Parts: sequence; C-alpha cells; structure tokens
Amino acid sequence: MKLLEYQAKEVLASLGIAIPPGVVARNPAEAAAAFARLGPVAVKAQVPVGGRGKAGGIKLASSEAEARRAAEQIIGMDIKGFKVPLVYCEAALDIAREIYLGFTVDRDARANILMLSAKGGMEIEQVAEESPAAIARLYPNPWRGPLDFELTQLVFDAGLGDLSRPLVSLIKKLYRAIPDYDALTAEINPLVVTKRGEVIAGDAKLEIDDNAMWRHKDLEEKYGAVIEGDPYEVEAKKRGLTYVSLDGDIGIIGNGAGLCMGTLDLVQRAGGRPANFCDIGGGAKAEVVENALAVILMNPKVKGVLINVFGGITRGDEVAKGVVTARDNLKMTLPLVVRMSGTREEEGREILKRNGIEPGVSGWEAAKKIVELTRAGVT
Amino acid sequence: MSILLDSSTMVIVQGITGREGGFHTEQMQSMGTKVVGGTSPGKGGTTHLGVPVFDTAADAVRATGANASGIFVPAPFAADAIMEAAAAGITLIVCITEGIPIQDMIRVKEFLRGYPQARLVGANCPGLITPGQAKIGIIPQRITSPGAVGLVSRSGTLTYEVASALSAAGLGQSTIVGIGGDPVLGLTFRDVVELFVQDPGTTNLVLIGEIGGSDEEHAAELLARGSRLKAVAFISGRTAPEGKRMGHAGAIISGNRGTAKSKEEAFRKAGVAVAETTDDIVGMLR
Repeated sequence: MKLLEYQAKEVLASLGIAIPPGVVARNPAEAAAAFARLGPVAVKAQVPVGGRGKAGGIKLASSEAEARRAAEQIIGMDIKGFKVPLVYCEAALDIAREIYLGFTVDRDARANILMLSAKGGMEIEQVAEESPAAIARLYPNPWRGPLDFELTQLVFDAGLGDLSRPLVSLIKKLYRAIPDYDALTAEINPLVVTKRGEVIAGDAKLEIDDNAMWRHKDLEEKYGAVIEGDPYEVEAKKRGLTYVSLDGDIGIIGNGAGLCMGTLDLVQRAGGRPANFCDIGGGAKAEVVENALAVILMNPKVKGVLINVFGGITRGDEVAKGVVTARDNLKMTLPLVVRMSGTREEEGREILKRNGIEPGVSGWEAAKKIVELTRAGVT
Repeated sequence: MSILLDSSTMVIVQGITGREGGFHTEQMQSMGTKVVGGTSPGKGGTTHLGVPVFDTAADAVRATGANASGIFVPAPFAADAIMEAAAAGITLIVCITEGIPIQDMIRVKEFLRGYPQARLVGANCPGLITPGQAKIGIIPQRITSPGAVGLVSRSGTLTYEVASALSAAGLGQSTIVGIGGDPVLGLTFRDVVELFVQDPGTTNLVLIGEIGGSDEEHAAELLARGSRLKAVAFISGRTAPEGKRMGHAGAIISGNRGTAKSKEEAFRKAGVAVAETTDDIVGMLR
C-alpha cells in the first residue's frame, strides 16, 4: 500500500521525525480555514503517485482566496489515473538546504538499502545517473538495524558531516518504519534544513508491504479507504481477486500470474488490447470465475473476454460447466473464448461448444480468436 | 541425472497435517518421493499418511536423517519454518507458501548466511520435480516426463504449460525448478542455471522469466560466457505497464528497470534464443 503524503507524514511524526505544520482539506472551505490557521501554504494534491507537481497538483497560496481557488482546482483532478480525494495544506518552510534520505529493497542484494545524498530535491534516479558518487549507501543488518557508527559513516560519506548528530538520530527513527510498519520504501525528499537549523521532512513517500497488512490492520483501516484508485480494481479487491486495470478492450482471466501475463502478451501480439490482468489462482472454481467475469463486465469498454486456464489436476469439464454457469448468471452476451487444458479437456470443449462459447486449443489460437470476434463486433 | 533432488532424497513436510500439506504429501508419495516424516507442533508421536509426525524439524531430522523439506505452513509462520529447517540441518528447503512479508524474507536471507550448506527454493513457488524420481511441491507429475531438458521458471502455471508441451513432444526433463514470484527469493535463476550446467544429465535449458528485478539478466551474463547447454528463454509481461504489480509480488517494473525488453535483449546478447510465445519453445529446442 502506497500511503498518501499526509499519511506518510503522520507515520513519520509518530516515529519522532519533525514535519511542517499542515492540515488536510476535503473542500475549498477547509483549505481557506487552513490558510487562516497556517498563513501562506502549499496546497498539495494527495495521490499515491509521483509527478503531481508537473501535473498541476501543487499550488502556492498567499491569501485565503488563493487557498480556496487552489483547492477548487485540485480536488477531483485526475492524476495518472487517481482522482484527487483531498489536498494537504502545508506551511511554507524557510529552506537553507535540501537533502535526500530514503530506503528501499535492493532486489539484487536481497536486502534493504539506506541512501543519503546532499543533492536533495531532485529525483534520486536522476542523481544516480548524473552523479552516482553523490549518493551514500548502507545495507543495514536486518536483524539489528543500522548501528550509530555505520550511520555516522553514511553521513560523512554523503558529505554531510556537519549535520552528523541530527542526521544519525533522524535516520535511526526513519529506519523504525521497517521493523514497526513493514515499510518497503520510504523517501524524504527533500529533507529540509531550515535557516534556523531545524531538520524537517519536506515531502514523504512510504510504501507498506501488502503481504504484511495482516500485521498492520490499523494502518489499513485508517488510510486504506482514502485512496481513490481505479473503481474496477477497488471492486476486484473486495471480491478477493488479483486484478489490474489496463486501457484496452479485451477482458482477460487466467490462472497463475505468469500464465495471465503471458496471455496479455498473446492478445497484444494478435493485434488486440487487453483491458485488464486478472489472476484467479489455481483450481478455477466456478464462483471465482463468476466474480472475475462480473468485475470485467463492469467496464463498458470491454468488447469480449478471453479465459485461459491451465488445469494440472483441475478437471476440464468442471471448468467448462463453471464458465457456462457464470456467463448465464451474469447474462453475458459479449464474445467469450475459453482456452483450457487439463484432465477431460475434450469433454470440457464439447460443453463449451454446445453452449455457444468458443473453445481455443492453445493460448495463441484463443488470443487470435477473441481479437477476431471483438473486431467483428465493432463493424 | 538431475539437480537438487532425486529418488534418494529424504524429505519431510513441514505442515503435513494441514489441508494443502496433506494433499500434496500424498501426491509426492504417489510418484515415489521418499517422504520420511512431517512436522506439526503438538502432534509429535502421531502418524499421518503413513509417516511419523514430529513437533519440530530438529526432532524430525534427528529421527529420520531427512535432508530436504517441503514447507506448506501459512505465511505468518513460513519465515520461521524456513529458518527452523536450516537450523535443523536440512540442506534443501522448498517453501511453497505465498504471501510471506518481504522484510521477513530479508531477515531469512541474512539468517541463511550462517547455514551455507542450506539451499532455499522459493518462497511463493511451485517447488521442484525430477520426473520419474521425486518431487517437493505442487508441480503435477502427470505433465512431466524424464529426459534431458532443464527447466527453470518464476511462474507456476506457465511452467506447467511448458512442461506439458515438452512432454507431449517427447522432450523429457531432467529437473524442473520453480524459483518463485517474490522479489526476495532463495535460489536465483543464475544459481539454478549453474547447477544445470554442472549436471551431465542436462543437455538443454528452458528459462521462463517475467518482468521485475534483474535475475534473468544475471543468468544471461553467466550463459554469455559460453555454455554447453542449448538454451531457450521466454519472458512474460511484455505488455505490463510501469509501476503495477502483476499478480506476483516481484512482477513489477520500476522506472525503466525490470522490463521484458531488457531481459530479452540480455538473453539474445548471451546467444540464448528468445521465444515469442510458449508454443514456440519446443520447436526452438529441437
């Protein structure tokens, strides 16, 4: 789960890290009230993706009217597929220096990596490309966390030795997000040093491991509902499906992530455009197929659906009966192609044919078939 | 010949009394895998599926001399089960469990440095099978056949798809290893390829990768140094958008890293043939 900026900052504050005074506003009146309380503010769109500044999602307000107008413009905006549910109004900082601080999972090293750089405010990927030596790195032992001397080394390596005391203490606090919250990525960029010498988190990103949400039910309850993502993804999650929205018009259902991704590739190769990724896992039970079809059919762009099921032990005739029932229950009339393999696959194909569903012998044949059928439907 | 596992491997199942653990233990037994026991805390001293059950992995190893383990316990307990197996002296640990927190796995990886003889396959994987001899995990033996093709994959069902196509074409497999779909894993592509290269019973190699990370690229680097194995690679997720997790926790493109294109290019550069679809793999191996 990627937290919104204000949520990430609340978590950082709970770890003892200083954040600027700020207020969440759900409408223009609340933004005006925020100005009355804080004075000049940055009005910032709250979306779990980067690049909101470029998208017009951050505006400075130096009057109550400006704060109101900024909120009017930003709330409800669409930024990279996310509808902005609210803005965060934050007091402007008196910036002397900007630092980068973050950690993430280094997949190659199978470890967490802490990164610190005196070049804050820019994207770290850009710094890494242009001046890799400007980023100091540390792989803390995951059982005991970083030790003081290791952090002191990190701070001096980054050329920030004059700030070693406050930074060592701050990085230790940020690191707590790993053992305490199962954070996978955290980024404070910029970490602001004010003219008065305070060290404050200017921006914050925090991603919590979805696999560990059972340990952090409080976070999910508090923050999960605020993020307004894609409506189909939200519905799929409610139904316990692994689903990702894409921008095409052919619905895809597969069992297994790799097979499902492979099916998307086949549809694209056949000249079609997948509307989604949907992995229904092993077994391909009738109820799960019906749930998946129901979510896919919510999307008015969908012109047809391809189901690709590899059944190791699963019986083909049972999968076929399940698909027929699901289609009938949902009164689905769009083209449907089903490719399946497994025990009794011949019987399964017979059942499909009898019920007006196109069976595919291979994934590739099935992909070509659904592309052909959905094209025919247009003309 | 084979890698990692053969008919002499002595296997325990951690979580043998659970629904999944029990079902797959029977499958493993039915193809001749030497399952010598299982664990289930509190059920030590009982018998399940014809083998003794122990409270802990250490007890099981002491009593049976087991050298391999299949883990079928739920995600909140799986990381501990892996470490328990390593500490008990198990040298091949296969963790099928899906959904283990990534920070747990990072701690496990650090722990395993203290047990260099222990090899971990997974987690979130279908396990491995040496057709005609033994399996640990959930790969359906029906679709496999003994032979000389080594198969290594990050995906479950896609592995089954390819294995069954190979078997249907008369191309048997030496060993099939599903390394799993998580971002922090035990054995990597490269580790498994190295084992296949050393196995005289393997003449061909099929690699099934997917988007995310750079394990495929590292395996390609190894193969680029020259290998006696004739290799074909397939990568799924060409159409996956940036920043979206495609089912597997590890199947995510970050920025321009981990794309199918980068992996396919790495394999081509290494002289490995790249299949456009899984249907093409059989023809390209011949």
